[in-house]
Order: sequence, then structure tokens, then C-alpha cells
Amino acid sequence: MSKVNYLKDFRDSKKIQALAKLIRDEVDRPIKIMEVCGGHTHTIMKYGLKQLLPEEIDFIHGPGCPVCIMPKERIDHAIALAQDEKNIIATLGDMIRVPGSKSSLQKERAKGKNVKIVYAPFDILKIAKENPDKNVIYFAIGFETTTPMTAALIERVIKENIKNVYFHINHVLVPPPVKAIMDSGEAKIDSFIAPSHVSVITGAKIYKEIAELYKTPVVVAGFEPVDIMESILWIIRQFKENRREVEIQYKRAVNWEGNIKAQEMINKYMEPRKTFRWRGIGDIPYSALKLKDEYGELDAEKVFKDILPNKPINDHKLCICGDILKGIAKPYDCKVFGTTCTPQNPLGSCMVSSEGACAAYYKYGKLQYLNKL
Amino acid sequence: MKQILLSHGGGGEETQKLIKKLFFKYFSNPILEKMEDAAIINPNSKLAFTTDSFTVSPIFFKGGDIGKLAIAGTVNDLSMMGAKPKYLSCSFIIEEGLPFEDLEKIVSSMAEEMKKTGVQIITGDTKVVPKGSADKIFINTTGIGEVVYEGISSHNIEEGDFILVSGTVGDHGACIMAQREEIELEGNLSSDCASLWSLVEDLINAGITIKAMRDPTRGGLSAVLNEWAEQSSIGIEIEEEKIPVKDEVQGLCELLGLEAYSLANEGKLVLAVPEKEAEKALEVMRKNELGRNSEIIGKATSDYKGKVILKSPYGSKRIMEIPAGELLPRIC
Repeated sequence: MSKVNYLKDFRDSKKIQALAKLIRDEVDRPIKIMEVCGGHTHTIMKYGLKQLLPEEIDFIHGPGCPVCIMPKERIDHAIALAQDEKNIIATLGDMIRVPGSKSSLQKERAKGKNVKIVYAPFDILKIAKENPDKNVIYFAIGFETTTPMTAALIERVIKENIKNVYFHINHVLVPPPVKAIMDSGEAKIDSFIAPSHVSVITGAKIYKEIAELYKTPVVVAGFEPVDIMESILWIIRQFKENRREVEIQYKRAVNWEGNIKAQEMINKYMEPRKTFRWRGIGDIPYSALKLKDEYGELDAEKVFKDILPNKPINDHKLCICGDILKGIAKPYDCKVFGTTCTPQNPLGSCMVSSEGACAAYYKYGKLQYLNKL
Repeated sequence: MKQILLSHGGGGEETQKLIKKLFFKYFSNPILEKMEDAAIINPNSKLAFTTDSFTVSPIFFKGGDIGKLAIAGTVNDLSMMGAKPKYLSCSFIIEEGLPFEDLEKIVSSMAEEMKKTGVQIITGDTKVVPKGSADKIFINTTGIGEVVYEGISSHNIEEGDFILVSGTVGDHGACIMAQREEIELEGNLSSDCASLWSLVEDLINAGITIKAMRDPTRGGLSAVLNEWAEQSSIGIEIEEEKIPVKDEVQGLCELLGLEAYSLANEGKLVLAVPEKEAEKALEVMRKNELGRNSEIIGKATSDYKGKVILKSPYGSKRIMEIPAGELLPRIC
């Protein structure tokens, strides 16, 4: 069977094997790589890349999964908003399954509350038109990659003077949690594989400070197995050549400056929050975005302020998602992994999203787990 | 536009008219036309008996429709047990207001599909429910087949047996998903909906030892292989690159984060045969249009009992999971 070209080229087994050999030949010290994004964790597990790599290479799974890092109190916001039958809560896929303090949006939907999954933010416009007597609240999630779409939707809503769409903004940023993890010093990380799709928007420049401050190589990598293998090789070579810098492996679409137009659109409507609580990591200053004050009439957190709970809620005490997101534990270290906590019945957020480390280990890593037993 | 009314299911004149003018026009045969409360049949061998209900949405899709699916689905369930499909029952639950034209299209497509195996509808029922009580049309078919090959079972597979699949996987599931989500893709994403009896008959006539055989519908290839591994207490090793997947299907899987081997098929079969007969079985299957893209995809092993292992061409392994969670409802 012939495959689409990019699949052929970037999943080519000869290339993967050749890169694995180069890595084995060239590696001369233990390297702890944090792959920041859950999408990379997924690729590493799905393609069994760890099995091809020498012992020296260790992956630490990072906090780059927008569903996994959502604190329970934010989910409780969405659930509180859904209680009013005048409101329709719209969000992206996996978000509806994440447990808040007592319920999830999926459970609320089963109870008859108005919860809708959208594939693209612009679907909100259709829902708003079809339900003129309802408030459509977009529970917006995602890193820099998805933020421009939300900004574009905000622009349409303003331009077309649509009166029944509100925004609950949960867009988060990549560099602040990485810095928070490095500053805490708990996880021993000496290099990073950074997500290419984020840098399509932001450019590779957002990692300059990290590479300089912590003296760590950062390679902005694509999501196919060849991309990841090549990035690992580049990290090894940076250490050997005593370089610590940002390199772009995903040259197919990433440059240093990124998509300036998209950045301008985000900056027009949104600005950093003073602080945002990350599940498992805690409060990180200026790590997430909010609507600018002049767009307050669109901001669900302001318009519906009176009904939104705001008490921080801790995770289930057996769940170690926090430590996993901080890079100091792996899914197999968790006592409830695969037993009480499964993708069908997740206790913690890392098991919910398909990009979560626990879900990736559960789905693809069982063989290694069996072999270890 | 002529529409189905509640009275068409009332049991009176309109029902009689619907039966005679539409159903008999397409389904006619001596047993059905007797119009008794039950059909009398006179089998002369062991029987296989199965039933299935069809609720697919949309009712017309690329490569088929709910009618074709209602015939092929039940015919395939019989065929997988080595039984030649002989008789079907057919029950329609129709939503008031369905265009008569649509019903006729469905019925004529059922008749067309039955010709391929010679199976006959010999009894049936029609209900019409008020608008909103059903979605357009639901069909139940129950089938009887004469067992011509005995001993097929998912408990039979032994170490060393080879696993074959009769063509590209995931076509039906991908087609329905794309059509329902209005995802426009280049190329020809179309359901593989087909009656598989002729392919099974070719295997039987060629003298192949069929140890296990299934049509991988909901849950796809991975559901079948996982059931086999568990029920036969063996491991199954699959070469990932040998699994045939259409470019269009792979493209959709990439977009939505799915695996083609977990998507439904409606015109494919998976087969376990002794190692020494595998090449011959492959040859027989490829000669039939329904099995043109057949491949040997793996074998049963004594390692990893109860598990299905996917092997990559570059030497890594992982478990092929049973699909779980919120899969797409109403695909058949």
C-alpha cells in the first residue's frame, strides 16, 4: 500500500534505523530530555522509539498537554456555567471528560445540560446562530497553537456584533511552566524537545531564554518518529560540541520569528494573566492568557462572576499527575495506574487526554510494562 | 412527494399495498408470497442462525446504503460460520415522513445485494412510528444458512497458524465518519460494504483448512484479533506494515488521531489457517474480486498469551489494544 508522502518520509523504517544507529554510536553521556509536549510523548510511545535508543537517553514527560494541566477549579467553572439552562458550554474534545471536583462536563451532558464538543472554534458561530436565546460560552483551551483560532473567533464575534457568545479563556503558554520546573530543581533535565506546532505560531525565539538561562539544548521538533530521532541526535551533538542553543529541526514550517500576523491578533485581544494555577505544578505567574479588559463584556469570567467558584481544589490523593507533569515521576510509578485509573475511568488528568503521559503509557506502553514484570 | 405515513404500518389496506407493490416487487419468491404468519422451510443440513439490526446514519453513504448493509451484514455473519446464506427475515421500523422514493431505493438495493448470494427474504414485518420516534429507518434482518464447512471457531487457533486479512481495513468506519463529520477528503473514501459468501465459498472449494474466520465490523481488526488471542490462549504477532490501509483512510486517521485497525469494516474477513496453507489461501483470496488486496499479516505465537503484538518494520513492538471508550455510534 502506498502512503501519503510525508508519512512515508518521516516514518521510513530505514531512516529511523539509521538515526538509531547514529545515536547509539555518538552518545557518550547520559542525557535527560524533556519532551515538553504530550504529542511527542504520544509519538515516542506509539512508535516504540525508546526500544531503539541506548540506555543513556531518558525521556522526562513534560507539562505540554492543555487538558492535563487544567486545574479542577477551572473545570468547576464550566460545570457551574452549565447548570443554567440558558447557557451552552462549548469546548474541544477531550476536555469534556476531565473530572472536576465532583463531576465532568460529560456527566453534566448526560444529565441533560447543554454541553457541546466543537472541532474548530468557528463552529461556535453556527451554534450561536441556531440558539439565539441562549448564551454560548466557549471554554477555550490550548497552548499558543490554538490561541490564534480563538482570537479570530473573538474578532468575528465583535465584527458581526454577535451578542450571545462569551469566552472563558484558558489558553496557556509553553515557556513559563518549563521555567517553573527548571527553577524548582526537582527534575533533573538537561535538554528539551520543543513542540513544532507551537513554534509555527510563536517562532523558535521563545526558547532562547531557556537555552541561555539553564544552559540546555532546545530542539524544535516535528511529531513524526524521524523528526524525534533526528532531534535526539542533534541534542547529543550539541553536548559533544559544547553548544547550548535553540535549533529548528522542523524546518518544514518553523522559523525564528513565527507567524507575526497570528501573534498580533492574539495580542490585540488577549494579555497574560497575573497568575494561573497549573494542575500539579501550582501557581505560575504570567503563564496563561485572559481577555483584555476592554473586551470584558465578552469575558465569561467577568459576566458570570457571581456563580463561579474560586477555591483551589487538590487532586485525588493517590493520583501523582502533579509529579508526572513536573517530570519527577513516570506513570508506572503511580499506584493506581492501569488499575483504579484507566482511560475509561480516569482519576487524574494525565489519563484523560490522548496526549497525557498516562494515557500514552496505557495505550502503547503495556508491552514494556509486561516485560518489566 | 410521496411519503411513508403512519397508515402504511397500520396493518390495513395501505400496509397491504406497500407489501404487494413495493416489497413483493423486489423480494418476490414463492415462500414470501404465501403471506402466512410464518414461513415454512425444509432444510437438509445443519443450520446457522443469526440476527442483526441496522441503524446506520446517514442511511445513504458512499459505497452503499442501510439496505445493502442489512443484507450483507447478516449474510456475512452466516458466511463466517461456513454457512451458505439461504433465508432472511426482514423487519423495517420506518419513521413517518420518510420519502417513498428513499424506501424504494433501499429495498431495490437489498434485492440487488441478495442476488449475489441467492439468499431470499421469506418473512418480514413493517412498523411505522411517529416522526421523531426513530431516525428515518431501522432494519433488522435475521438469517438462516446451511452449514457447508464445520468447525470454524475463535477457540481453534494454535501456535504457528497464519493470520490473513482480505483487503484494506477501516474503509467503512472511515467513510461513515467522514460523511457524518462533513470532512471532505480528496480521493475516493468509500464503504467496503459487500457480501462475502463467494470469497468464503472459494476458500472452502479450494480445500483450505479454516480454523477461525470473522468479519471485523465494529471494533475493526484489533477487536477480532484480541478476541482470538484471548479465546484461543495464544499470542498474535502482527507486522504493522503488512496491514493494508487505503491512503484516504490513513489520511482521515491522521487527522482524527485514529487507527485504521480499530475502524469498522463491512466487506472484509480475517482468517486463521495452518502455516502450510497460508500461501495457497492468499492466492485463492486474491483471485476473487472481494479479496484482491489480501495479505498475510501475522501469525500466532506462544509468547504474550492473550495479547496482540504489533511489530514495526524498524524493530519496535507494542500491544494492539482493544478499542475502548466512546467509539462512533450508529455506524451499522
